[in-house]
Amino acid sequence: MIRVDGRSDSPSLIRVRGLNKTYRRGGENIQVLQGLNLDVDQADFVAFMGPSGSGKTTLLNLLGGLDVPSAGSITVAGDEVTHMSASKLTQWRARHVGFIFQMYNLIPVLTAFQNVELPLLLTKLSKSERRKHVETALGVVGLSDRMNHFPRQLSGGQEQRVTIARAIVSDPTFLLCDEPTGDLDRKSADEIMALIEELVGKYHKTVLMVTHDPVVAARAHTTLHLDKGVLVEAARKGVLVGGVA
Amino acid sequence: MKFNRFILANLFRKKIRLILTIGSFAVALFLFTFLAVVKSAFSRGTELAGADRLVVINRAGLINVIPLSYRDKILQIKGVKAVTHNNWFGGVYQDERNFFPQFVIDPENQRLVMTEMRVPDEEWNSFVKDRQGAVAGATLAKRFGWKVGDRIPIKNALYGPTKTWEFVLDGIYHNDHPGGDESQFWLQWKYFDETVPSTIKSQVGWYVVKLDSPDDSVPVAAAIDKGFANSSTETKTETESAFAAGFAKQLGNIELLILTIGGVVFFTLLLVTGNTMAISVRERVGELAVLKAIGYPDRYLLFFVLSEALVIALIGGLIGLGLAVLAIPVVGAALRGLLPPLLLSVGVLSLGLAFAVFVGVASGLLPGIGAMRLRVVDALRRV
Repeated sequence: MIRVDGRSDSPSLIRVRGLNKTYRRGGENIQVLQGLNLDVDQADFVAFMGPSGSGKTTLLNLLGGLDVPSAGSITVAGDEVTHMSASKLTQWRARHVGFIFQMYNLIPVLTAFQNVELPLLLTKLSKSERRKHVETALGVVGLSDRMNHFPRQLSGGQEQRVTIARAIVSDPTFLLCDEPTGDLDRKSADEIMALIEELVGKYHKTVLMVTHDPVVAARAHTTLHLDKGVLVEAARKGVLVGGVA
Repeated sequence: MKFNRFILANLFRKKIRLILTIGSFAVALFLFTFLAVVKSAFSRGTELAGADRLVVINRAGLINVIPLSYRDKILQIKGVKAVTHNNWFGGVYQDERNFFPQFVIDPENQRLVMTEMRVPDEEWNSFVKDRQGAVAGATLAKRFGWKVGDRIPIKNALYGPTKTWEFVLDGIYHNDHPGGDESQFWLQWKYFDETVPSTIKSQVGWYVVKLDSPDDSVPVAAAIDKGFANSSTETKTETESAFAAGFAKQLGNIELLILTIGGVVFFTLLLVTGNTMAISVRERVGELAVLKAIGYPDRYLLFFVLSEALVIALIGGLIGLGLAVLAIPVVGAALRGLLPPLLLSVGVLSLGLAFAVFVGVASGLLPGIGAMRLRVVDALRRV
């Protein structure tokens, strides 16, 4: 159950309270996020929409531990993320967050298998265990027959599938998707969204996604709209959720 | 090493750039090694000089002679074990390009003083008895294909009208010191003294004094120079190593020249490799940011960049050193007579390898630190 009123007392997987982010640009303070509250449970699928500059990507970066808030707190599976040191945050990301980017960001000189294996090289898994995990992840995204292909030998949709396999291979707590279909045609976008839905429905992954595309956003359980750093509207499969800040 | 594949894959992403960088490394390492060998050749005399030997020359300069009569006076000084004397002969064998050092030696005392230069007794005895006898170093004999018994004509214009002196090769000496000089040609003092014009008879070029102990070098040197002070021929006595160093300096400040060229090579290589690594990191900002995002600690990024730089340095370095191993004997043979023997020692090769590793690490350090400091959010925005 996704709540944005900050009044939930029950423990949620991701809990955000009073989140603020201010940038200083040209001697001026720019408030990107203002007092944002959010509660996301296991296997929730939430989409963030809003105009450019509304703070969607900043929110995603803060939730993924890539940036630190100016005020407020983020708690994930009981871990308070906001006050972690940079090195702790790096370790935390490796364990808890799977990233899916718009531009795929695969390493071009590595095969699909090697790209997916990258997060596992940080673990103590043996070579055979790593192979098993990678093959499973590539199987989930339907690329078992492409594991020795380099990114340049794959279509955009297939590249994004490899990115998804890389994101899920270490079984993270949640997935962050930044415009995952932004660089794809409609058919490929549908396939990617079907895959993400499968990750949520079948594998109970929690997914937070930023998108400009209302068709893509409609596939999420809940769509939250941001404007000037404030959550202005929430829709749950067409039904507004009350208590939006 | 589970990251080997990743590091190698990144290295080979721009093959032409990789080949060119490794090529510049190889050329620079070859040049560095060659310069180090030349420097070592010039300083070898200093390194191999006997700690228990002094050289006495005319205070007015090495080209001025000293009376033979000084020998007995020097021998009387406390701490002196033996004394021998030499003259520079300066002849030409067949062609001026066939230069090699020719010394007039004192057969009675040569072996007492220059103990590391060994001649078999049988050959030495033939030489002592033979007025026109000569002894050649093993390298010199090999160079011209000389064998014991060969007649060797040497043209000389330094002592009277130009004439050809005939010598018979009675022996071949070997140097006990690895890398020690084996390129000299020795001839008999008696033959020389009888043949030169009367104005230079009984005059020697310099004395070499063997001491009882190296500890005596300072007082003995002072005593020798004091003994001949205010005479018509004053002396200048110094240790053999100081003499060798001074002799090498007469050719110019070789060491400074080599160090300067070496420094230029070092900085050029550092800039070339550093630039390559900087471009390589800049091209991969997005990928490095993704690595950081998925949990790679900063030190891993530094490790990746340094490893790439080190692999380039080691491959380039080893190729350069391999080239040096192949080319230096050939270059040394071509420059024989113009330069001291060029010997590529294990020490020089190790120094070259250390140089390569140092340049590799230094060139990768700044780009590596840049990769470490990369802010994921900013880097991903640039992609």
